[in-house]
Amino acid sequence: MNIAARPSEELLRALHAFAADINRSIAFMEVCGTHTTSAFRCGLHSVMPKNVRLISGPGCPVCVTAQADIDELIDLGSRREITLCTYGDMLRVPGKHGSLEKARGDGANIEVVYSSLDAVRMAQTHPDRQVVFAAVGFETTAPATAAAICAAQELGLDNFTVLASHKLILPAMRALLSAADRPKIDGFLCPGHVSVIIGSDAYRCIVEEFNTPCVIGGFEPGLLLSSLLCLTEMIAAGRVALVNQYPQAVRPTGNAHAQALLQKVFETGNARWRGLGLIPQSGLFLRQDYARFNAAQRFNLKPVEDHEPAGCICGRVISGLALPPECKLFGRACTPVQPIGPCMVSSEGTCAAWFKYGPHRAKSHGVAPAQQLQEVLP
Amino acid sequence: MCLAVPAKLITHNGLEGVVDLHGNHLPVNIMLTPDAQTGDWLLIHAGFAIEKLDPKQAGETWALLRDVAQAAADLPAGSQADASAHSSTDKGDRR
Repeated sequence: MNIAARPSEELLRALHAFAADINRSIAFMEVCGTHTTSAFRCGLHSVMPKNVRLISGPGCPVCVTAQADIDELIDLGSRREITLCTYGDMLRVPGKHGSLEKARGDGANIEVVYSSLDAVRMAQTHPDRQVVFAAVGFETTAPATAAAICAAQELGLDNFTVLASHKLILPAMRALLSAADRPKIDGFLCPGHVSVIIGSDAYRCIVEEFNTPCVIGGFEPGLLLSSLLCLTEMIAAGRVALVNQYPQAVRPTGNAHAQALLQKVFETGNARWRGLGLIPQSGLFLRQDYARFNAAQRFNLKPVEDHEPAGCICGRVISGLALPPECKLFGRACTPVQPIGPCMVSSEGTCAAWFKYGPHRAKSHGVAPAQQLQEVLP
Repeated sequence: MCLAVPAKLITHNGLEGVVDLHGNHLPVNIMLTPDAQTGDWLLIHAGFAIEKLDPKQAGETWALLRDVAQAAADLPAGSQADASAHSSTDKGDRR
């Protein structure tokens, strides 16, 4: 029996039934980039009730990385003595002077790795090279960086460093809800795999302080739909709660081993986010004991001034304040082939998902832009 | 980037293991799930197992989803508020 397919139909029917009881428009923010892509891929937007819409949040690590941090990375990657190891997602993000991909084309030594430990192995096997690992990502990815640093320490490597711009999701959610121009958010679809690390209880502060429902959800269409049903049902019943719809992977207190590792290697500090600016205690920085693994320190990186590409509204898109088609560059100057903003580069980026699956594709069938937007905006 | 996929641990030696992912055998580090045993389903992210999956919980989730959908479908039109109360209680216990 296809267990995933059958409930989806029933869940969708139930979601429509609850939405019909709500006599206003509601918006749920999916905080995770993987949720964004998954929702578009399975066509969820097109089957939502007219008064329920999904907006994307600051959950794609590539997209929330400040332009200045990307410039620093490209600067490091372009230096002759350095081999820069990066996850593939960062390769094509444009900086002020090109991307890592372009730098690689120009002769820079840039390697794509699957795991942070691959970068450690690279340092081990190339003692004549300085290996820098580009450490980007949320709580899901940060333990892997911490593990790599511990491994490098154990191996006594003095040619391995990381340029860390890890970020924490909860401070960003709080910043969004506290902003003067806060987007309309009736509930959060919380990131599934960040929650694996931090645990479902971590979101209680959002539920209690901001009176906003939170549902932790999985990524399969059925699980995604069930999370949205759960949020819709709460709004219909006037209830605010924290619900874990992904209990097979997410425990109430998270992964204690990963948390201990993060605590050992990192300390929190103020971090700059694209679109959201400087958020207090939202970044992970190496503790003093691990300062010798800090690439910024070893290579004496000077602070770079932050900036946004001209005309790009990625910052507003990941804050839930604008949809990609509202950007003048979207689909014209900015495409997946020649991206200008990070949301078009990353496979988890909102603009990339809109470009690939969004209603703008109807343009080729003669549907007016306003009509296309109407399909998703009640 | 936060993509993680379930895979079955087929062998391990200390913290280094091998998982079966749709027939592909991939190396995995299990330092974040040190009690993982051969045969366990693990959630793999960037070469690390970040959690052991609970197959019983997964089955219960699907059963719960069917209950919720059934509760909404069984009620007469206009009674959705009752359906909310019913399924909310169920979900509240599952945090």
